[in-house]
Amino acid sequence: MNRLETLGLRVSRGPSSDGPMRREIDGSLLGGVAAGIAKRTGFEVGMVRVVIVVAALATSGFGAAAYVVGWLLIPAAGAESSIGTRALRDKRGLGLAAGLTSILVLGLIVASALNAPWVTSLAVPLIVCVVGLALIWRNAPAAELDILRGLADPVAKTGSGTRSRRLLRMLLALALLLLGLVALLGGHDKSIQLLRPLGGILLLIGSIATALGPWWLRIARDLVAERQARIRAEERAEMASRVHDSVLQTLALIQRRAGDSHQVVQLARAQERELRSWLFDGQPPGSIDGQAVTVAGAVRLIQQDIEAKHGMPVDAVTVGDCELDDDLTALLGAAREATVNAAKWSDADVVSLFAEVEPDSVSLFVRDRGRGFDPAAVPADRKGLAESVQARMARRGGSVTVRSAPGEGTEIGLTMPRGAERRRS
Amino acid sequence: MTDSRPRVFLVDDHGMFRAGVRSELAEEVNIVGEAADVTPAITEITQCVPDVVLLDVHLPGGGGQDVVAAVKAGHPEVKFLALSASDAPEDVIAVIRAGARGYVTKTISGSELVDAIRRVAAGDAVFSPRLAGFVLDAFAAGTAPEVDRPSFDPELDQLTAREREVLRLIARGYTYREVARELFISVKTVESHVSSVLRKLQLSTRHQLTRWATERRLT
Repeated sequence: MNRLETLGLRVSRGPSSDGPMRREIDGSLLGGVAAGIAKRTGFEVGMVRVVIVVAALATSGFGAAAYVVGWLLIPAAGAESSIGTRALRDKRGLGLAAGLTSILVLGLIVASALNAPWVTSLAVPLIVCVVGLALIWRNAPAAELDILRGLADPVAKTGSGTRSRRLLRMLLALALLLLGLVALLGGHDKSIQLLRPLGGILLLIGSIATALGPWWLRIARDLVAERQARIRAEERAEMASRVHDSVLQTLALIQRRAGDSHQVVQLARAQERELRSWLFDGQPPGSIDGQAVTVAGAVRLIQQDIEAKHGMPVDAVTVGDCELDDDLTALLGAAREATVNAAKWSDADVVSLFAEVEPDSVSLFVRDRGRGFDPAAVPADRKGLAESVQARMARRGGSVTVRSAPGEGTEIGLTMPRGAERRRS
Repeated sequence: MTDSRPRVFLVDDHGMFRAGVRSELAEEVNIVGEAADVTPAITEITQCVPDVVLLDVHLPGGGGQDVVAAVKAGHPEVKFLALSASDAPEDVIAVIRAGARGYVTKTISGSELVDAIRRVAAGDAVFSPRLAGFVLDAFAAGTAPEVDRPSFDPELDQLTAREREVLRLIARGYTYREVARELFISVKTVESHVSSVLRKLQLSTRHQLTRWATERRLT
């Protein structure tokens, strides 16, 4: 209905404007060529449109081709250059145009073989239109693209489209089907007897594809979407644990130290650095492996980490060094946990971290002069020491000594036999 | 009153740090002068002859060991306590081998620093955990003899088992008093162990020590 009104058929001439012709995008149905002509000549837009449509039909498509060429070559009002000049610089667009032309020519050859002269007569305008629209599609500004998209929607949109779109698609499929059947059943021209059924089958396939294609597409898309959702869920779980280990811990610390602006800034900086290295360099936070390859390097990492995150100075001393293996990574993981515990609970001024690499074992001592605790009276729900330190060490054949008393500080001693030594025994 | 306080000279190229130490220690020690570089430090120290020189390991005009060597030549009674923020072990060992009586990190608290200065002034050695770690590392190649002779060991190239034990505890963050309690010995004995280690460190000609330092530099 609306469209008919915009096409309103009053023949009257208003004032014409001077200057070069420009396409009028505002309120245009397609490229604004008709509106541009109307403004330039002073005729009513609707009438210009009718003339163009009639001309397109009367010239068996050449009018439509002329419209597309106009769209390409006439700059839009307010724009500096036409889409055509931009398209000339678009190498891939030109390649696409060449490809489309070749496909169309191929189709025309098939059509002429099928003895359908009316297709051949449409060939040139058809090629010009398709190639022109492809170039416009690739090079037009966003506003014009929206118009094109709106036109393409009824054909391209999946089954979820409105009823009129589905109807349009069904009509298209029906037309193709009829054409295919006609080609299959009609005519017995000897020269093309073999090609005829082939063409008919092609048209049938095209018909089925047009009718059911969107539905197939939707099924495929649903499958892909489902798989992506699953992957995303797994990633989210992984991310949640990482974020808990780093960002949430830091936020908790910032809340506890809200009064100390210097500390808060330091914490925020450290977290930012860590987050950046995670997001952009792919280094997961909170892990020892993957960042350090030796015991001394890992001890240094723990030191930096605890100093940055907990604002607790760590006095780290390493004697000797060796490369990390799985056992030693577990040892250092336990050491980190013990150091975090000391930083969190001890209220000491400094935590001492001492690592000694000996030929047959690696020892690590985490010591603070803080408030200490009674190792026998640790509540069962305090999992840090039992789970993260003792169980972790035990699983790998290491041992843990805990020396602490209320008011006398704490020392956690961790010893892990070295791999070669254990294999020997 | 003034006489009982040790006379201290500060050598550090960071004015902020000197000012900080000055204000922190003013009560406990008598700061007789300060310098920011090797040459002025040598001149002024030989002039005022303090009890203890707090010496930064890294100075713009050279290492702290140059100051130690130059001053020791004329005034062997001046004692040096090396001090640094972050330290390459070979530099620390170089200062110690030049004649410094101890080494502490700049993160040390004011009271601990006063304690260390008193100790050095009294002729004892001061080992921070880090220095203890360096020494253990440097002497790691040799195996210690089982004989326990704390203060007098002719074997300069090796640490005794007891010395190792003491150093390990210091490296773990134990104070001398805590080390003494842990090993059931007196604080005095701990001090003599540490002094013995210091002497070995300074006098040992063992090539492992230089090789160790070279290796550390390479890595």
